[in-house]
Amino acid sequence: MSSAFEYAPAPESRAVVDIAPSYGLFIDGEFTEAAGGKVFKTVSPANEEVLSEVTQAGSEDVERAVKAARKAFEKWSALPGAERAKYLFRIARLIQERSRELAVLESLDNGKPIRESRDSDLPLVAAHFFYYAGWADKLGHAGYGADPKPLGVAGQVIPWNFPLLMLAWKIAPALACGNTVVLKPAETTPLSALFFADICRQAGLPKGVVNILTGDGSAGAALVAHPDVNKVAFTGSTEVGKAIARTVAGTDKKLTLELGGKAANIVFDDAPIDQAVEGIVNGIFFNQGHVCCAGSRLLVQESVQDELLAALKRRMSTLRVGDPLDKNTDIGAINSAEQLARITELADAGEAEGAERWAPACELPDAGYWFAPTLFTGVTQAHRIAQEEIFGPVLSVLTFRTPEEAVAKANNTPYGLSAGVWTEKGSRILWMANQLRAGIVWSNTFNKFDPASPFGGYKESGFGREGGRHGLEAYLDV
Amino acid sequence: MSDRLSVLKTYKLYVGGKFPRSESGRVYEVTDSKGNWLANAPLSSRKDARDAVVAARKAFGGWSGATAYNRGQILYRVAEMLEGRREQFAAEVAEAEGLSKAKAAAQVDAAIDRWVWYAGWSDKVAQIAGSANPVAGPYFNLSSPEPTGVVAVLAPQESSFLGLVSVIAPAIVTGNTVVVVTSEKSPLPALSLGEVLATSDLPGGVVNVLSGRVNELGGPLAAHQDVNAIDLAGAAGDAELVKALETAAADNLKRVLRPQAVDGSAVDWSAGPGTERMLAFLETKTVWHPMGV
Repeated sequence: MSSAFEYAPAPESRAVVDIAPSYGLFIDGEFTEAAGGKVFKTVSPANEEVLSEVTQAGSEDVERAVKAARKAFEKWSALPGAERAKYLFRIARLIQERSRELAVLESLDNGKPIRESRDSDLPLVAAHFFYYAGWADKLGHAGYGADPKPLGVAGQVIPWNFPLLMLAWKIAPALACGNTVVLKPAETTPLSALFFADICRQAGLPKGVVNILTGDGSAGAALVAHPDVNKVAFTGSTEVGKAIARTVAGTDKKLTLELGGKAANIVFDDAPIDQAVEGIVNGIFFNQGHVCCAGSRLLVQESVQDELLAALKRRMSTLRVGDPLDKNTDIGAINSAEQLARITELADAGEAEGAERWAPACELPDAGYWFAPTLFTGVTQAHRIAQEEIFGPVLSVLTFRTPEEAVAKANNTPYGLSAGVWTEKGSRILWMANQLRAGIVWSNTFNKFDPASPFGGYKESGFGREGGRHGLEAYLDV
Repeated sequence: MSDRLSVLKTYKLYVGGKFPRSESGRVYEVTDSKGNWLANAPLSSRKDARDAVVAARKAFGGWSGATAYNRGQILYRVAEMLEGRREQFAAEVAEAEGLSKAKAAAQVDAAIDRWVWYAGWSDKVAQIAGSANPVAGPYFNLSSPEPTGVVAVLAPQESSFLGLVSVIAPAIVTGNTVVVVTSEKSPLPALSLGEVLATSDLPGGVVNVLSGRVNELGGPLAAHQDVNAIDLAGAAGDAELVKALETAAADNLKRVLRPQAVDGSAVDWSAGPGTERMLAFLETKTVWHPMGV
């Protein structure tokens, strides 16, 4: 099937982005060296090219950054909301102006296809700042009291799957509510946060309101444990989320966690098959499956299993895996060697436990980290690939006969972030949406995001919501 | 006073709509504020706590699936039943907390009124906690609150009845089911409340009442994998216990409602409550659907 579509390479130009050979830590409005002097390299996962050298923050740097944020808090929180709003509007506009540059940068550092960074990540980043900018002078109308107060210094730790978007989800509401922030981007994707520091400079944001610390997990752990941090926000694995919850136990710190998922994407026999197939593909292969809300468990009604799987395999055969900067690429690079090893291990476990593995014929580049889009049939609920978050382009297919069975299987996981339902019957959609224990239910669609729409999970997918009016609560003293 | 010998009540737990003794067979002495014996209360065990969680989980589907109107009527029914037993509860609260008759009666009246207040919230909370979200695309997008699930509640130590009602009612009005550990020192009003709940159309298992040691029951409940949230009101004043319970709760990422005053300064439960205790045990679910012809 792959010969049905032949494309000439259509690479996006790298010339729009100018990456410095090295970056310091962004503290109190300036790039500074780390106290420990340690640095590490950030590479492009598509070809293992070294993109830049960034700084490993240590506990002294955390101390410095928190101090800067604390100092800035007094004035920032005292600014009229309308003034804070204007800074955020400026940031939103600067992101729009520089969106091509940032999209290319994101694809280079993260490995995601330019089509996604350009058409999905960056527009959502700008929209998020624009949305929360508008809240900054309307907080008294948000349902949290007439004059809700900020919390203080927010320590924020974000993952590598949507580096700039997760930054926006964290920083925009924090600043709108009058907090100041110290943010640590993921170890493998530090660059867009460092470019964001430059946007703060261009926006004239007061020094110390946003501080960016790069580094590995130890820097994040030091940040969330810092006694002068009032608010901790984390997006990442459930395992680390639990460790953070233990760290803040017994303190006054407010905590929100957005963690893992193992979403069921449920297809009924009356669903429009072609639309469902597009939704399934988008659900699991968007961003290489590096998505906490990915539809990683396909639950298909037995009567349409054969028809659906045939159509799905046909569609998967047309997916183009390769150069993230190529505008025709559907699936980019796996973000790191470590993540590739985890996906590989879990996929192998799927085979070893008796599920049947299938992937389209697909040529993968020699250098870099790659994994072909893969599906498993004959999966049972006990299989590791039905229980554990793979965080890669791997779909586990299970079947059901009745709506009750679909609900029972969908909810049979410690996670509860998202779910999908495909059926033409409206009453069934509403019943299913009601029964599913998940924070987001996409019906006849999947993986849709919007700054006005609250996002976050049930159960071990974390607590608190990001986005919408609900997202303000995490950053207000209520 | 006549010479008639009064009939004493055997105080029992309230679990799954039934009134069992502790499976451990243990009891402990409950005294009034002057140290006079009042009754023997069941000294619940870890096993009682686990049984109560099973009962609460079993009741969750039906209770959370009931209409908000129905839940509101049942909470109002609790107030009705209590109104008829005002004297009994006033006497129990007076003995438990060493209050004058008038002050104890005021506590009971406030507790009854609190049931009424929360009853009215059942079909309104979704309208203040939910939202229609104007997303940038052709989608219907609606956020609604849903109950978190099974909530373990450590009831306040000092306010044996008003405090108790103030933590139970906001958790169940939205559809959660609870396992409540009573005030350790003054469990009797809470155990009697079980009798009221049992005759108020409240389905068995929605509220499960355990008396015993907070130190013995708090840990197993905080660590229980089928408990979704925990209210630490009854651990106020014991910073070490609060930290230990919150740490244990992290194992399955329970929603934790910390004590209002960690330093142990008394909480004034007679103050009008806000929506905080309801919102603490709600999840927001957002549903998307495309619009088109």
